[in-house]
Amino acid sequence: MAHSVDEVLAGLAEIVEEVAGIPASSVLMEKSFTDDLDVDSLSMVEVVVAAEEKFGCKIPDDDVKNLVTVGDAVNYIVKAAN
Amino acid sequence: MSAPTHRKVVVTGLGAFTPLGGDVASTWAALLAGKSGVRTLTHDWTETIPVHFAAETAVDPSEVMDRVEARKLDRAEQFALIAAREAWKDAGAPEIHTERLGVVIASGIGGILSLLGSYDVYLEKGARRVSPHTVPMLMPNGPAAAVGLELKAQAGVHTPVSACASGSEGLGYAMEMIRSGRADVVVAGGTEAGVHPLPMAGFAAMMALSTRNDAPEKASRPYDKDRDGFVLGEGAGVVVLESEEFAKARGARIYAELAGQGITSDGFHIAAPDPEGRGAARAMKMALIDGGVNASEVVHLNAHATSTPAGDIAESLAIRGALGADTDHVAVSATKSMTGHLLGGAGAIESVFTILALHHRIAPPTINIENFDDEIKLDVVRDQPRSLPEGSIAALNNSFGFGGHNVALVFRSV
Repeated sequence: MAHSVDEVLAGLAEIVEEVAGIPASSVLMEKSFTDDLDVDSLSMVEVVVAAEEKFGCKIPDDDVKNLVTVGDAVNYIVKAAN
Repeated sequence: MSAPTHRKVVVTGLGAFTPLGGDVASTWAALLAGKSGVRTLTHDWTETIPVHFAAETAVDPSEVMDRVEARKLDRAEQFALIAAREAWKDAGAPEIHTERLGVVIASGIGGILSLLGSYDVYLEKGARRVSPHTVPMLMPNGPAAAVGLELKAQAGVHTPVSACASGSEGLGYAMEMIRSGRADVVVAGGTEAGVHPLPMAGFAAMMALSTRNDAPEKASRPYDKDRDGFVLGEGAGVVVLESEEFAKARGARIYAELAGQGITSDGFHIAAPDPEGRGAARAMKMALIDGGVNASEVVHLNAHATSTPAGDIAESLAIRGALGADTDHVAVSATKSMTGHLLGGAGAIESVFTILALHHRIAPPTINIENFDDEIKLDVVRDQPRSLPEGSIAALNNSFGFGGHNVALVFRSV
């Protein structure tokens, strides 16, 4: 199923709010999960699994370490889900 | 008895999260008022097990803990953290080098709600959906680790596990850390959150639980002839212990001295108490010797007294075996009649009660004794609290656990 960048960003922001308590409006493309959004390595796994379910895609563990910013994740998911 | 040569350990902070209240003040007030924290359960699984009641915490942790923090913590960890924060604040948040600060939070079972809940997720949705927080939530040392992280404690973080004696063993271990010089301040306690059909079915299969489904608030009745088992409770108790010199140097308010401990094991049966209570008696005697306390000074005892037919009698024999004729001037309280049995949290919350009894010079009541069991040769504080004498006084707190663990702690007034 195809998703736009805006759709994925909005969906990911909801997940980050649920997992880390960061307001969805603060989850912007340039933000770093670790440095800006208080998402540690364990919580990142939660974000990834929730995103896989929400967007119907697979994000292999080997690729997760490359997802430093929200934009990295959004672009990865857009590509993977399309 | 020879006086101890080690550093004195004192209590400077108290925290509680219990079936009677969300903090020490509300819990203590309900305890003195003789209120029961036992209720009929309202879970969707309640009717699937033979026992339909328990003593759940009076306040849900979600009411006092941030949602994002709570979702990474097992319920037992939440209890411990809430009680530890209260105790730390109550102690005046001591300024201490973190390498001199320790944490000991005991648990009987550990994060069993997380363990079983995660297994359900695995069965229903598969391995990928098992939370990465599962292991830190289910490990028995999780509550100690959570408190240790919060306070950045670096003198050692520990978790004694000895079933229903765990909480008292936690305080004893913490006392030894201070005595030996490894730490100056130790945050110590016990926690348990096991209200779930699996452990309840297991305890019920052992015939250990009361089945008084028609009157849950009357079910926990230590020393009553019609007692038929313990009532499962949940919650946590936490104290701040310090070396006397450290506490005095910073001008801390001191509730009481944790004077000594005695630990023995029965070597008798995995679950049944030694009917003569010999191991328990030795634990109490050893605690008095360890604390340099004479039996004549003991005026109050918080009994383990879980409301099982055999256990209450064995303990009463042990008390008389340890204290002899001095038993006659000991006001015995069985506070599980109100809180239910907090398992690994029991020894800790009952230590909080014992400390407050010495501090306020009042012994809490034992409720639900309608027909006193005359086999119990103790002076039990019934229905109403009772004043304790002025002057230098001491009190014992007993805790025993499946596996034959016996722990007695002795506290002294200051």
